[in-house]
Amino acid sequence: MDEGKYKIQKIDDYHWRIPREGKMRVDGIVYADEEMMKEIQKDESLQQVINVAHLPGIVGHSLGMPDIHWGYGFPIGGVAAFDLAEGIVSPGGVGYDINCGVRLLRTDLKRLEIINKLETLVNTLFGNIPSGVGSHRKDLKLTLPEEKRVLINGAQWAVSQGYGTNEELEHIEENGCIRGANPALISERALERGRAQLGTLGSGNHFVEVGYVSEVYDEKIARILGLEKNGVTIVVHTGSRGLGYQICDDFIRVMINAAKKYNIELTDRQLCCAPINSQEGQDYLEAMACAANYAFANRQMITHWVKESFEWALQVSPKESQISIVYDVCHNIAKIEDHLVDGKKKPLCVHRKGATRAFPPHHPQTPEAYKEVGQPVLIPGDMGRCSYVLVGTEKAYTSTFGSTCHGAGRVLSRVKAKKAASGRNIARELKEQGILVRADSLATLNEELSEAYKDVTEVVDVVEHAGISKKIAQLKPLCVIKG
Amino acid sequence: MHKYKLIDHTADIGIDIFGGTLKELFSNAGYAMFDIITDLSSVDTKNIRTIAVEGIDREQLLVNWLSELLYLHEVKNMLFKEFCIDTIEENQLSATLHGELLNEKKHIIKTGIKAVTYHNLSIKKENDHWKARVIFDL
Repeated sequence: MDEGKYKIQKIDDYHWRIPREGKMRVDGIVYADEEMMKEIQKDESLQQVINVAHLPGIVGHSLGMPDIHWGYGFPIGGVAAFDLAEGIVSPGGVGYDINCGVRLLRTDLKRLEIINKLETLVNTLFGNIPSGVGSHRKDLKLTLPEEKRVLINGAQWAVSQGYGTNEELEHIEENGCIRGANPALISERALERGRAQLGTLGSGNHFVEVGYVSEVYDEKIARILGLEKNGVTIVVHTGSRGLGYQICDDFIRVMINAAKKYNIELTDRQLCCAPINSQEGQDYLEAMACAANYAFANRQMITHWVKESFEWALQVSPKESQISIVYDVCHNIAKIEDHLVDGKKKPLCVHRKGATRAFPPHHPQTPEAYKEVGQPVLIPGDMGRCSYVLVGTEKAYTSTFGSTCHGAGRVLSRVKAKKAASGRNIARELKEQGILVRADSLATLNEELSEAYKDVTEVVDVVEHAGISKKIAQLKPLCVIKG
Repeated sequence: MHKYKLIDHTADIGIDIFGGTLKELFSNAGYAMFDIITDLSSVDTKNIRTIAVEGIDREQLLVNWLSELLYLHEVKNMLFKEFCIDTIEENQLSATLHGELLNEKKHIIKTGIKAVTYHNLSIKKENDHWKARVIFDL
C-alpha cells in the first residue's frame, strides 16, 4: 500500500513501516491489518508517529498500536522508548490523564445468579461511586498532609485506610506505587483539584462495568487468572482526575521553556520535552509518579465501593462473592524499565500513551502469581460490545518494549458520534441488548455509543496475530456506570 | 459572523474561533468553551470576577486564559457567560467575567473538558479578521 500522503511499506499482514527520512531518527512501525491501515491514514495519527520519531534519543522505532488514533502531540496508541543519557521525557507522551488505567476484578458469582438483580446493582454502584464532571466525595475530606501521603504511597495508602488488603497490592502494576514521587513539586492548584476528587470516576470514557466471561480461549491460563466461563467480572476504568491534568498542564509550561533551553526542535508544541537527565526531566518524572500513585489509590478505593455495592445489592457476603483483583494496568505512563538494545539489557524511559505494558512470563516485574503465564493485559471495549483479557509475551518484550494496545480506539469524533446518536435513545438500545447503563450525563452516553469505536475484537486480533499478546478470555457487559 | 465553530478531532474536540479584534477573539474563545461545557441560556450574569493572565507569547496566552477559566469552573464551581477583555498585549491580559455559581438544579454540564492543549494551536490574522484554533482534551 503506497497511497495517500505517507510512505508506507508493508512488512507483513500486521506490520507496517514508515521509513526514516528527513530528520527522523528512527523508522515508524505500526501494528494493524490492511483494512485498519486504510482507516488510520484518514486522520493525523501517522504524522504523529513521524513527529515522535524526530525526538532526541529515541531507541528502536516510533511505535503505533492497532488502536492508534489522533491525539495531541504523541498519537494515542503510541509507544516510544528513550535512552536515559541522550533521550527526552515528554508530558505529551503520557497525556493529561496520567495513569489512566484499567483494573479487572473477578468473583465466584455466576451470571445467572445476578441477572435478575442488575437494576438494583447498577443503581447501587451509581449511588456509591461518584461520577461525572468535577465529581467529588462529600464524605471524604482529605487534609493536605494526607493528600501528600496519597501521592507518595498510592494504593498502599488506600490499603492503610482500610480499602482492601496488602495481598491485593501484588496484583497491581508497580504494586500500586511508583517510587520517587515528590509532592514538593506539585502546584497548589494541582493539589487543590485533586483533594476533593479522590475516589471518583470522572467523566468521558471512564466507567465501572459489571460483566461476565463469555468466551475462554485458554482454559489453563484463565484458571490461573481466576476466570471461568460465565463467572462475573468487574472492570474499573479511571485515572488521576484533575490532579493529573493539572500536573500535565503545569509541566507542559515547564517543558516549553526547557525545549528552548536545551535546543530541542519541536514540530508541535505539544511534543515539548526535556532531557531525562535534566532537572526539568527528573522533576517531571517525580511529579508524574505523584499523579500515577493518586490514580492507583483512586482505583483501590473504587474497588472497595464496588465490593460494598455487591454486598448490599445482591446480599452476598464477601466470603461468597470472593471478589478479588486479577490485575491493574496503567495505559498513560512513562516508566524507567530495562529492555534489550542490540542484545544488551539497558534502562530506557518508555512512554506508553494509550498503550498497555505486556511483560512476558518470568519477567521480574510479572507478579509472582502469573510468573508462568505472563502479565495480564486488560483491554476494555465500548459499552455495547465486549472486552478482552490477554497476557504479555516474549515477543512483546523484544519488539515493542513490552507493550500492546489499550482499547478499541475512537473512529468517530465526538461531534460525529453525537450526530449518529441524535434522535436515538442509546440507553434503551443497550437495554434491549440486555445491558443496563446509568450515566451522569446523556451527552456522555451519546458520545460513547458503540459505533464511535473500532471493534475491539479486530484490535485484539491484530496484537494476537502479531504475537505481542495472547488472548485468554472475552468479557461481555451486563451493566455499566459512566461519568 | 459566528463566534466559533466546532472542528472534528477523533479523540477530543477542537474549535475554530473568530473575532474582529484580538479582544473579541479571546472573548469568543471563553464563550466557546463555556458553550461546550453548559447550556449558556440558563446561566445568569449576576456575579463579576476580574482576572489577569500571562503567557510567553500570544498562543500560550490563549491557552493560559482558557485554562484559568477552566480552573475557576472546576475548582471554584463557576460558570461564565460574558467575557470582557479589558486590556490585552502580546503576553498578558486582564478581563472581567460575568456569570454565576454552578447550581445542579438549574444548570446542566454537557461536556467535561479536562484540559486545553497546545496541539495544532494557532492564532492568525487574515484580512483584518482574527482566527484561532484550540483543541481540548476531553
